[in-house]
Amino acid sequence: RKTYLSPAKKLRLSKPSKSAALHVDLCKATNSTDALQYLLQFARKPVEAESVEGVVRILLEHYYKETDTSVRLKIASLLGLLSKTQGFRPDCIVDDIINTLCNEKSHQVLAQLLDTLLVVGTELPDSPAVRQRLVQVSCKHLSDTYFGVRNKCLQLLGCVGTVDAPLSKDVRDVQSIISDYFGDQDPRVRTAALKAMACRLLSDDYEQVRSAAVQMVWVLSQLYPESIVPIPSSNEEIRLVDDAFGKISHMVSDGSWMVRVQAAKTLGSMLQVSPHFLEQTLDKKLMSDLRRKRTAHERAKELFASGEFSSGRKWADDAPKEKLDTNTVNLIASGACGAFVHGLEDEMFEVRIAAVEALCQLARSSPTFAEKCLDFLVDMFNDEIEEVRLQSIHVLRQISTHITLREDQLDTVLAVLEDSSRDIREALHELLCYTNVSTKECIQLALLELLKNLNKYPTDRNSVWKCLKFLGSRHPTLVLPLVPELLSTHPYFDTPEPDMDDPAYIAVLVLVFNAAKSCPTMPALFSDHTFRHYAYLRDSLSHLVPPLRVLGLDPVDSGSASGSVESAQLFLQQSLNRISTIQNLEAPGAQDLLNFTIRDVQRLGHLQTQLSGAADFCATYLRCQLLLMKALQEKLWNMAVPLCLKQNVTATAAARQILEETYKLEFLYGGLENRQIATIHHVRLQAKALQLILSARTRQGLDPLISSCEKFLQEIEAFQRSFLTELPHLHDSFVDKLLELKPRISACSSVELVKILQTTLRQSGLLQLRLPEQIHRATATIIEPTGESDNPLRFTSGLVVALDIDATLEHVQDPQNTVKVQVLYPDGQSHVIHPKPGDFRKPGADRHRLITQVYLSHTAWTEPSQIEVRLLLSYSSASSSLSSSKHLGWSDSSDGLQSPEAVVEGTIPFSKPVKVFIMPKPARR
Amino acid sequence: MPEIKVTPLGAGQDVGRSCILVSIGGKNIMLDCGMHMGYNDDRRFPDFSYITQNGRLTEFLDCVIISHFHLDHCGALPYMSEMVGYDGPIYMTHPTKAICPILLEDFRKITVDKKGETNFFTSQMIKDCMKKVIPLNLHQTVQVDDELEIKAYYAGHVLGAAMVHIKVGSESVVYTGDYNMTPDRHLGAAWIDKCRPDILISESTYATTIRDSKRCRERDFLKKVHESIERGGKVLIPVFALGRAQELCILLETFWERMNLKAPIYFSTGLTEKANHYYKLFITWTNQKIRKTFVQRNMFEFKHIKAFDRSYADNPGPMVVFATPGMLHAGQSLQIFKKWAGNEKNMVIMPGYCVQGTIGHKILNGQRKLEMEGRATLDVKLQVEYMSFSAHADAKGIMQLIRMAEPRNMLLVHGEAVKMEFLKGKIEQEFSINCYMPANGETTTVTTNPSVPVDISLNLLKREMALGGTVCYGDGFLVSSEQALKELGLNEHQLRFTCRVQLQDPHSDPDTLHRIYTHLKSVLKGYTIQHLPDGTVMVESIVIKVSSSAEDPNTKVLLLSWSYQVTFLRC
Repeated sequence: RKTYLSPAKKLRLSKPSKSAALHVDLCKATNSTDALQYLLQFARKPVEAESVEGVVRILLEHYYKETDTSVRLKIASLLGLLSKTQGFRPDCIVDDIINTLCNEKSHQVLAQLLDTLLVVGTELPDSPAVRQRLVQVSCKHLSDTYFGVRNKCLQLLGCVGTVDAPLSKDVRDVQSIISDYFGDQDPRVRTAALKAMACRLLSDDYEQVRSAAVQMVWVLSQLYPESIVPIPSSNEEIRLVDDAFGKISHMVSDGSWMVRVQAAKTLGSMLQVSPHFLEQTLDKKLMSDLRRKRTAHERAKELFASGEFSSGRKWADDAPKEKLDTNTVNLIASGACGAFVHGLEDEMFEVRIAAVEALCQLARSSPTFAEKCLDFLVDMFNDEIEEVRLQSIHVLRQISTHITLREDQLDTVLAVLEDSSRDIREALHELLCYTNVSTKECIQLALLELLKNLNKYPTDRNSVWKCLKFLGSRHPTLVLPLVPELLSTHPYFDTPEPDMDDPAYIAVLVLVFNAAKSCPTMPALFSDHTFRHYAYLRDSLSHLVPPLRVLGLDPVDSGSASGSVESAQLFLQQSLNRISTIQNLEAPGAQDLLNFTIRDVQRLGHLQTQLSGAADFCATYLRCQLLLMKALQEKLWNMAVPLCLKQNVTATAAARQILEETYKLEFLYGGLENRQIATIHHVRLQAKALQLILSARTRQGLDPLISSCEKFLQEIEAFQRSFLTELPHLHDSFVDKLLELKPRISACSSVELVKILQTTLRQSGLLQLRLPEQIHRATATIIEPTGESDNPLRFTSGLVVALDIDATLEHVQDPQNTVKVQVLYPDGQSHVIHPKPGDFRKPGADRHRLITQVYLSHTAWTEPSQIEVRLLLSYSSASSSLSSSKHLGWSDSSDGLQSPEAVVEGTIPFSKPVKVFIMPKPARR
Repeated sequence: MPEIKVTPLGAGQDVGRSCILVSIGGKNIMLDCGMHMGYNDDRRFPDFSYITQNGRLTEFLDCVIISHFHLDHCGALPYMSEMVGYDGPIYMTHPTKAICPILLEDFRKITVDKKGETNFFTSQMIKDCMKKVIPLNLHQTVQVDDELEIKAYYAGHVLGAAMVHIKVGSESVVYTGDYNMTPDRHLGAAWIDKCRPDILISESTYATTIRDSKRCRERDFLKKVHESIERGGKVLIPVFALGRAQELCILLETFWERMNLKAPIYFSTGLTEKANHYYKLFITWTNQKIRKTFVQRNMFEFKHIKAFDRSYADNPGPMVVFATPGMLHAGQSLQIFKKWAGNEKNMVIMPGYCVQGTIGHKILNGQRKLEMEGRATLDVKLQVEYMSFSAHADAKGIMQLIRMAEPRNMLLVHGEAVKMEFLKGKIEQEFSINCYMPANGETTTVTTNPSVPVDISLNLLKREMALGGTVCYGDGFLVSSEQALKELGLNEHQLRFTCRVQLQDPHSDPDTLHRIYTHLKSVLKGYTIQHLPDGTVMVESIVIKVSSSAEDPNTKVLLLSWSYQVTFLRC
């Protein structure tokens, strides 16, 4: 009979017993502590939806009998928990709870019961009858003396009594009920009142209350942005969102900085506000002795318009102009007036940052506002805290699509280029990449300042070049009239040829060439050596110099970019499909096919950069297969061991290489799905099997063999456990076959096992690789040191020298923990250095920047020699993407479910090594 | 009704010699004790004879509070305490206490040693005076005596400037001193909690000004200095030793640091060394940035700013020099100016206001040829720039403070009358509170409505809430009248008022009474009127009796008698 029962039936049988068990337990409980203990235990177990009601009845029964408040409290909270159970409609227990509410004396239990009702109310959003009852109940208990009860009532009211649902006539309007409690004597109740419904407690004495008020006003404004509200003391009406905006703007000059931060942040998210109000936030009327004064911004603008360049030479050029009527001056900013002016000048940098961020958000949605806030953002470049400066530069970059910088503004922006902080300078370079300027003077100015910057901080070379590249390609027409001057050409005379290695000259050329790309008339202005330099730079700095159609030079092969991504992807897929026919081929043919496919795929990766990750991945995978195939097809399997030592060695090497490659496959590529990981692990398993067979053949003695056999079996089990869902896809593979034979394997001796492995390995076919959407290969490029310097870094032996490393990392997850720097000395010594987490910056998505220093030291050498520096990606199989994707909780790990598989740790070099010339000198005595 | 009286002895509709007397809850307090920079005669100090004609002030004042160390707020202190005579407590913040004597000593030196004045306070007097000072901490409530308590709030303006909240019972006054609502490079913004004082006494220097953002000015200043340095020019910045000088130093220091500049910055020595020392010590009084970073590096330990030596002025190459005094009227700044004036690459930046007649004022007005002593003329070729760095709250700032503190009345001092008039109007209009602006010697009286706390037993409260009417007795504790009588061992007395009315009536006494009874009955409807058998009529509790006079039986005498409660009720 037992086998006859379906699982669902089983469950239903078990639950009465469960509630009954609780009943028995509670009856057994002699004192309140015991009962509490039982309840706590009960709370830990889940309850099925069908049995909830029964449990609730039992709980209520005990509730009525119970005299101890803490037990009643627990029961009340349990009721709330139970009402949350999926699939259970708590409407049947509402009446019961309301009944208990009427008889309850303890305030704490009352509050808890109301909380339970709150849960019920949220579970039943569509039942007006229940809502009405709940509103009545909470109104009744609003007069309670205990603040917790009042708090809960207000929460309940706010939750169930929505504004749009009209309540019956006899119940007063919910808002007015709640607003009565704004005057409550307890600040906690006031906070609750606000959380239930917003209002004008923005001027409360307690900062928490004000803070909550700001939040509530915001919530309301988001819910009903378009509803019209009247302005008190006048008969005008405005939109609610505008009114809320005005009120929150007012809070930017609050006394508590926490409130100010919140207000400033909140402003940024109110995008629906009308432009008229928005522009007021930057408004501040100046006066001096009751005369209207123009702000420095206005003066700068006027000066610019009148054509005068420099300002401030005159004493009293800010002298006040017209006289103001005393009646019109408004000293208290009404509404939004000047909110950001205050926010940006605030004492606390938290407020300033929040204000800058808010400006950014608002400016991104409104071009006119972006134009207006420009002056203020530019001013922030001069803030005393670097964070604020950096933030405002970033913000300006984000809104730069909307704006064109005036010359005087650009001047201020460029002044920051001399900042000693590298972050600031680089942020500014990035900003300049996206900036639109209006005149050719601006371009000249920018170039001049950038060259100055280059001169002062030579390490900025790459960043400056990149910046000029964009500057040139954005403003070809503005660069055109500057070309003769920039290249210092002369209509009649030949000018001396500039030094090709001068970074400043390269910078100018980068600007000119990028402008020339979309300006076909420009190359006519070039002199001969410019063309030669072009050819050289196009070759050496191809990422900065675009292909040009230049007379006398063949247009550069531009076929590389012509193919579409789709066709490339199709090709990749086809190549992979072709591999699947490999089973039918003879050994040499199959190997050739693999070889050719690998070559094709690699070439494709070079041509189509978007697919390079996927192509690389495929190529590596196929290489593994090729190695495996070669190793298995060696003749050695048919011969006696001593006869084929050489082949044995190559096969062992192949196995090791495959293992290494599988780790690369697993950890170097981002975007892998479980399927691919299973495939990789499968290859790894095959390699391990190969290793096992080889060691069985060569080595004598049974003991080591037995232990390695056991290990292998464990690995198979681990594989099976972790890729249970993937097993159907692995049909007819090595593992599949092994699992079929599993009962036999686990029983047989190790020698037999090796034999089985050998046959299965040789019989099993190639596993088809399916590509996921996106595969990215983690890459690293060391920018600094360049490895070009011929001057050795001299230092006294025994002391240390610091080497600056600057590298960009792409598609590296969690670089703080995985990226390491390796230094290789000529004598074979190698040091691995773990950079500090603070050395990593994140300039963009999937991009990281490592700027760090490594310390070198060595004993004395007779002459300078090169050391190698490279970046390593460390991995550990414990933290593999596999286990993290499964999200094992802490609690589960103790169950012994975790694989006993030994954790494998290692490193993969993933950047080109850079050679640095160093010379440790013997210490002078 | 209790009153608070405020009388400015100085700074009433005027700037300079701040000195304000406040009488609150029976306590007399003097707020600030400054001198006037514009006078060299008796008008330089406040007129203390207003307090008392002869003798010492100790018995008339409960305490003196000094808001900050500027001489127009503390310059008369030694004169008052030592020469006029005052031995009570003087309160000031720690930084003020530290820096104030340095400035007083300097001031004394100039007046006595340089100008040769006599009858002035001596160094010893300054020391004796400082011995009477009790230092205050921010937000620390200090009990001056059992009833009077004071509390200091941060005011910005200069290092150690404070606003004080003075409280007696439930009456309170806030005096702002000088304050600044916008933070600068070394100080934060003034802040006060919502203390709702009866009077807020605020400075109003910039009552009719709304200022532009500080950032623009700073940027202009830095740009000018930077440009000049890049050209290879020398920059002279004449300053007064304390306050703005430190702000500009920090501004330049951080700029040098940021921009990696190498040109030297010098600060002419003198007071500054000592003052800088105190700036380093009182880090808690500075702004957020300095407070947060001082563990790594104290911002006042300047890396780029070095002490100036006379010989440096002739060094080649660019440099920036801060030199005293600020108006180019004498001293080192003038010497350097003379040396550098001839070169158009150089620049002088005036960071503040210049009094008429000084060289600073002349060059700011564009004068290019200066007559020096000895008929020599000086060609001014260097560039002249003006930068206003001032640390007073502007009109908006004042309004902001009012909104923060929510006072019931407002009183303006330390400003010009015309400007105050404007601000007064605005305050009354925006906040609908009274605003006063007394002149020197004029007393403003504000009546307050303090709540008197009393204790009462719960039973009595319940009973009286039901019945109404109770008796107050001693020391803020309410007891019932019975208990009061019992405790005092007295019997209860009844107080009745009587009154005789004569009228002509031929009837007999009972008849007359009856007629009165019927008359009253018809007139006073809704009152209980009884004719009692003992020959009296009762209207509520008023008793009416009739008797005929001895001489004339026709003349009846009506005797009215009522208890005092009735009078009470009629009132």
